[in-house]
Amino acid sequence: MSNDVYVVGTDMIKFGRFPERSVPELGAQAALMALDDCGLTIQDCQAVYSGNLFEASGGVGQRILREIGQTGVPVVNVANACATGATAFREGWMAIKAGVYDIVLCVGSEQMGSGLLGGGGGSKGIPTEGLLGSGTMPSVFAHVGLEHTRQYGTTFEQFAKVSVKNHHHSTLNPKAMYQKETPLEEVMGAEMISYPNTKLMCSVNVDGSAAAVLCSEKKAKELGLMGRAVKVRASALTSDPYTPRNIAMMDFNAVTRLAAKTAYEMAGLGPDEVDLIELHDCFATAELVHYENLGLCKDGEAGQLIDTGATSLGGRIPVNVSGGLLSKGHPLGATGIANIYEITTHLRGEAGNRQVDGARIGLTHVVGAGSACAVHILEKA
Amino acid sequence: MSAALKPEPTTKGAVPFLVVPKDGAAPYLAGSKCGKCGEVVAGTRLTCGKCGARAGMAHVKLGSTGTLYNFTVVYRNFPGVPVPFISAIVDVDGGGTLKGNLLGVEPDPAKIRFDLPVNIVIRPVPQKDKDGNSYLAYFFEPRA
Ligand SMILES: [Zn+2]
Repeated sequence: MSNDVYVVGTDMIKFGRFPERSVPELGAQAALMALDDCGLTIQDCQAVYSGNLFEASGGVGQRILREIGQTGVPVVNVANACATGATAFREGWMAIKAGVYDIVLCVGSEQMGSGLLGGGGGSKGIPTEGLLGSGTMPSVFAHVGLEHTRQYGTTFEQFAKVSVKNHHHSTLNPKAMYQKETPLEEVMGAEMISYPNTKLMCSVNVDGSAAAVLCSEKKAKELGLMGRAVKVRASALTSDPYTPRNIAMMDFNAVTRLAAKTAYEMAGLGPDEVDLIELHDCFATAELVHYENLGLCKDGEAGQLIDTGATSLGGRIPVNVSGGLLSKGHPLGATGIANIYEITTHLRGEAGNRQVDGARIGLTHVVGAGSACAVHILEKA
Repeated sequence: MSAALKPEPTTKGAVPFLVVPKDGAAPYLAGSKCGKCGEVVAGTRLTCGKCGARAGMAHVKLGSTGTLYNFTVVYRNFPGVPVPFISAIVDVDGGGTLKGNLLGVEPDPAKIRFDLPVNIVIRPVPQKDKDGNSYLAYFFEPRA
């Protein structure tokens, strides 16, 4: 018997703004939906892995169990920037891989509020934002995009096309925050936040939750759950390796390339064999650089890749058919597991109007400031 | 607590690696140089991030010139932060990379060019903290 690990149940709530609800309530809702998806209960789960960033000191996982059943199992609370949800998922995967448990629940949840992320400075001295450059996320990812422009001449219009595509995809996803077409002129003409990222090229701050039930192969077979099970072919997590500029300019490329390489090696396959991808389009500029970081095209060809429509639904390698963070929304701690939900749904052939035909292998990617990157490769059992 | 016990306001660096010597010598940007691989980074480090060697990180002064590696023009920011401004990434001659504001160039993406040679200048800023301390920050200016 192998010790392969399978996603047997998964779901996410429709992303939105729920100021009247608590984070544990949101997480509990997704957890119950994921358990219902595979016909299990919290009594079947031997451990819980909870991802949440903004209330990281608040025992969110334990508070979720107060909503859905306090069974006394171990709870691990995880915070790892935008890779928080994916890290919680990976911790659950490792526990089963190690043979410690057969069934675990992984849940990610976040309440975002509104406004700019990042920037500032500590409690000591004076605020340095706008005095020593910018640390806001739109600016950090503007730097990421313009580095690509510097190397390859990538244009404002090419970056903007990412947003047009992902907003179009979200019109097919009832769980996305927005279902609204944004033509190119509208994206390029929107308020400029930090060149070249306009307001419509920045991810949407939303509240959300997503959950996945992971199961060993032995147990999944025993329980008759293999029919809709999706195998975790690879799980990779990296921190940023040293690069000369990464103190002044966070390096989201090296950390992603290392995670992608690790994941492809673990899965024993290459980018050519992947049928769809959910990657970290926190800003339109980010999606283009990750085309190259994940090996979807050669270095310098990301601009052409978006121009040719290869990454649109129906194209060679559809990217972010969920609508992505740009339109589905980006609840930090939930994002990584929401990506797992999206890919799993396609591999099961249950994605409705946005189904990627014949999808067999899918890849999820998240990368957080700091830097942390997680890549998972999933395959229909 | 009586006012007499409060320390006299002083002038400080806006970041820890902008050093304002107590003896009145010229302020400078501090870096660390690895005793094994020679890598230079801004600020202080316990060991070398590049090679991990414990050969010692020597305290060095960073150069005062560099070239513009990257930029963005920031149009929207937190309340109270004047916009637009140019957030710039500069490779310092002699080693190290800094993020800061590029001055003396119109904040228009079409008018900014990669690899622009710059001077790195240290100046007082209008902001004071709640204890009345004054601050110095570093800026980039096109090199004539
Ligand atoms: Zn070294």
